Amino acid sequence: MTTHALEIARHDLLVERRAKETLTVVVPFGLAALIALPMAIGIDLPLISRIGPAAYWSTSLLFGMQIAWRNTVADTGPNRDLITLLGVSPVSRFWGRAIASAVLLVAFMFLLGVAAILLFSPQIPLTPWMLLIVLLFATGLAIVATLAADITSGLSGRSPLASVLVVPLALPLLVGAAQAVESLSRGSGILPWLLMLAAVEIVLAVAGTLAAKPLEEAAR
Amino acid sequence: MTPVLTLEKIEVRIGNVPLVSSASCSVESGQCLGIAGPNGSGKTTLLRVMATLLKPSSGRGSILGAALETAGFELVRPRIGLSSHQPALSDHLTLRENLEFVARITGHGAREVGEALETVGLAGAADRLAIHCSHGMRKRADLARLFLTRPDLLLLDEPHAGLDSSATPLVTVLVRHTTSKGGGAVIVSHDPTTMVDLADEHMTLRTGILSR
Repeated sequence: MTTHALEIARHDLLVERRAKETLTVVVPFGLAALIALPMAIGIDLPLISRIGPAAYWSTSLLFGMQIAWRNTVADTGPNRDLITLLGVSPVSRFWGRAIASAVLLVAFMFLLGVAAILLFSPQIPLTPWMLLIVLLFATGLAIVATLAADITSGLSGRSPLASVLVVPLALPLLVGAAQAVESLSRGSGILPWLLMLAAVEIVLAVAGTLAAKPLEEAAR
Repeated sequence: MTPVLTLEKIEVRIGNVPLVSSASCSVESGQCLGIAGPNGSGKTTLLRVMATLLKPSSGRGSILGAALETAGFELVRPRIGLSSHQPALSDHLTLRENLEFVARITGHGAREVGEALETVGLAGAADRLAIHCSHGMRKRADLARLFLTRPDLLLLDEPHAGLDSSATPLVTVLVRHTTSKGGGAVIVSHDPTTMVDLADEHMTLRTGILSR
């Protein structure tokens, strides 16, 4: 099962590396959104610095959601049928898609993070904890988007449903990540927020794993 | 002979619209069934039921020994080879990479991938991106996948469409290979003449009704 999941992830990432559809379409818009915010505020530099982390997380959520969503629904009908008939279990497919989306999201959030530091100069200590927070957020968002793609599979209006499903499910991730970074910058403990992120992630992972097969059968 | 596939009174509806009505057929081991019918008659829908990709609204049947009413097709699906009207290829991978992906999932080696591409005459174009290939080449690559995986149940949807005269015998070779080792094949096409020499039994599907 793990081998199949890794093969699906490898396949998706190779397709993305060649096509450059997800990152080249979404990254410029994500960066533009980050750039537009300080311009709209003006020359209030302390305020710009203060809202930097919030701008980073909300941009990561909204544009990251698009990256994960595009990646998870990219399969055409015949390719999806092929993967099913090759004997790849729905659970393997779920995790393969989620892993590929998580890798893309980490790359996106890294680029966005560099831009946010340059634009907002936020007072955040760049420790390894930051990397862990980004990893937890990206993985959680990838799982949510993959789950939403499976839930809406076969529905005609699935794209509008994506934001309705993904944003509420991803809100605990947003709150957890933003508060963890806030605690990090204040020098207070971040463990409760990390545990919250990890707990949300486990719940989503279990839900995705258990729902994969019934959702695939329902879409038949 | 052992039945590879049996369908009894299969009905497929979307809402109140019947796509296939009370279709019954069977494919024995070593047999090829040809189903002809005009566009929109329900051929692809019926083929998707046979491939376990579409759950019928009612009816019974079995695919390679697995009852159609159950949801446990995990062991059976890898033994089914489906070639759809639209080839199952990732546009941004080369033909070789597309086949290598299939090979890694199914436990075949790189040598077998090369042989399959050679069989369908695509050895020279193996490193071309699928998006840069003609429809005929993509169809050949789809056939190469079936030569690679060698399924027990072969389901071909308009297999000759888009193939030039040098490639059409590949369909015959593939079907003969499958039936000679005890498998079964089903071909659907709008053109019955393409199946005359290939199918052991012929049926017709019109407005969702299957008849001999």
